[in-house]
Amino acid sequence: MREKGCYLGIDVGSVSTNLVIIDSYGNILEKLYLKTGGQPIKAIRSGINILADVFGQSIDILGAGTTGSGRQLANVIIGSDIVKNEITSHAVAAQKLVPNVRTILEIGGQDSKIILVRNGVVYDFAMNTVCAAGTGSFLDRQASRLEIPIEEFGKYALSSTLAVRIAGRCAVFAESDMIHKQQTGHSIEDIINGLCEALVRNYMNNLAKGKELAEPIVFQGGVAANQGIVAAFERELKAKIIIPEYYDVMGAYGAALMAREKMRHKAYKTNFVGFDISKKDYKVSTMECHDCSNMCELIKIISDDVVLARWGDRCGKWSELDRNYGQVSLGH
Amino acid sequence: MKVTFPHMGNTYIPVKALLDELGIEYVIPPFNNKKALELGTKYAPEMACLPLKINLGNFIQAHELGADLILISGGCGPCRFGYYGEMHREILKDLGFNMEVFTLDISKKDISGFLRNIKRITGEFKPYKILKAIKKTAEVSKQVDELERLSFKIRPREIVKGSADRIYKSFQNSVLNKKGAKEIKELIDFTRKNLLDIETDKSLDPIKIGIVGEIYTTNDPFTNFRIESRLGNEGAEVMRPVTVSGWIIDHMIKKALGLKGDESYKEAAKPYLGAMIGGHTQETIGNTVLLAKDGYDGIIQILPLGCMPEIVSESILPSIERDLNIPVLTLIIDEMTGEAGYLTRIEAFVDLLKRRKEEGLIAGKRMLSWN
Repeated sequence: MREKGCYLGIDVGSVSTNLVIIDSYGNILEKLYLKTGGQPIKAIRSGINILADVFGQSIDILGAGTTGSGRQLANVIIGSDIVKNEITSHAVAAQKLVPNVRTILEIGGQDSKIILVRNGVVYDFAMNTVCAAGTGSFLDRQASRLEIPIEEFGKYALSSTLAVRIAGRCAVFAESDMIHKQQTGHSIEDIINGLCEALVRNYMNNLAKGKELAEPIVFQGGVAANQGIVAAFERELKAKIIIPEYYDVMGAYGAALMAREKMRHKAYKTNFVGFDISKKDYKVSTMECHDCSNMCELIKIISDDVVLARWGDRCGKWSELDRNYGQVSLGH
Repeated sequence: MKVTFPHMGNTYIPVKALLDELGIEYVIPPFNNKKALELGTKYAPEMACLPLKINLGNFIQAHELGADLILISGGCGPCRFGYYGEMHREILKDLGFNMEVFTLDISKKDISGFLRNIKRITGEFKPYKILKAIKKTAEVSKQVDELERLSFKIRPREIVKGSADRIYKSFQNSVLNKKGAKEIKELIDFTRKNLLDIETDKSLDPIKIGIVGEIYTTNDPFTNFRIESRLGNEGAEVMRPVTVSGWIIDHMIKKALGLKGDESYKEAAKPYLGAMIGGHTQETIGNTVLLAKDGYDGIIQILPLGCMPEIVSESILPSIERDLNIPVLTLIIDEMTGEAGYLTRIEAFVDLLKRRKEEGLIAGKRMLSWN
């Protein structure tokens, strides 16, 4: 049966690139969680490829949304109808799955956020500012250093009897401290448990300070798969933590939902270029503009010898070129 | 002798007017840029705050253009800025640059010392000429601020996005070719007319955001990644109470003359902070309260990493956020700040404010219909 009216959401993050296809009711038909591996374009293309294999010609994409740190790039490649930041996307997705949610904890690859929702709208948020300790990449690194698969990492914490106190403020110091505790003979379980507690403590001090964390509390992002962190959050907050079904692709889900909302309100055709983007060739080149003292680093995306987009300039003279603004003189 | 001075947003315009009027030879450093920041970061102590680093870069770049005397103002509040002059002097000496540093610290106690310094630079002492130049400078700085405020109002409302940016940027560049307060004021008039000619949507009721925090990072667009222009182009009207003219007029001139400036912020800050504790903390707290009561939708606080006074503000702001129901976003900047993450936070904050405003309007309508 040909599914009418589907929407695509893509979240290009530092660690993972996620794709979600939803139907017109907002139900997820397919979700993909792929490693970005430092090559976002490749990840986007292979994601689209997989979706093309699964659905082939059986669905119509009526709208597409992109989010995550690579949202501009994804937008250029797939042609999306809405480009949104991660905070809004995560909030939209959480509200869909847990309609009365009031607090959203999100820990991804390189950043962590807290989002407070009141009366159905994002009321306040905070994002880690200075250090990425406690985010997915750091846990990944520790798991591989201890030679434990990341999927198992959290379980170790659950069998611990005592949490060793780890200095969690900074990723580098936390690692030295963990090594120190290993050398003094603490068990791996207790160290991992200690690390989970340190990271939660760090999160609470950095992001949640002065904020009222009302229930229901939802925890999402890749790190929500870590049972040790979940347990540490429950102990710290003395509350039940809800892990939504699609916790690992919430950004992409939110982007798809927003694309659906936008396209439903306004009757225009989607910008989505179609599933055959894998046949096209994409190149990225960088250059430094020397027209003024800012020396901006420019990124140029080229597909089949056509410049799709340029960005990175502070004055806008390069990025505007491709928006058909015509060449304008901007002083220096 | 060739004078130079540090950049901070539009400060170069009134300072240029002053030096032109006094007939002093000077070099304006290249606008704040990556190279200046790199130079400053290389030679300044790592824990020094960002403004010190950028200014150090300004001086080195000005030296390349022939400057040998640095004019900076001294800090009257107990923040690190107070010893910038000494720091810069020592660092530049260690690097082998032959540059003199002049600190214009105008305090009530030492106005004669200040005048002596001016005499040394101008080579003559004509109080009437100096006072006239200061008066003209104050006028220029006031007009520059008014022009900036006009751009804040135009940006969210303009039909063709980027129009105000283009005109304003062209002003900032062309002003370098003008000489003296009169020519600068003419250019300001010309620019104001151009800005007012931009076609705008007059029915639009944009969200309003107040910018508070440390003076350098809030006033300098290179440092804060052009936050005012970005917010404006995202459809937000911006207000920044702490400005260059406010600083020059209230902080320097009125203080020197023993006059009081506008101190309503002190009164407003009182329930949270009863004393001056350095930097612009009292302004940050007081202005946040005033803006919240004035119906602003949100507040953005900006500070350089490690800024002691603003760290205090940061810990007070959540109480105001709660008491007056106004969202506050804190942005901390240093030479390592990644632009992408910074912009994500700004974009999300604007989204939040827009949704809250819509929600508020809906709730407001509901209440009306109940009555």
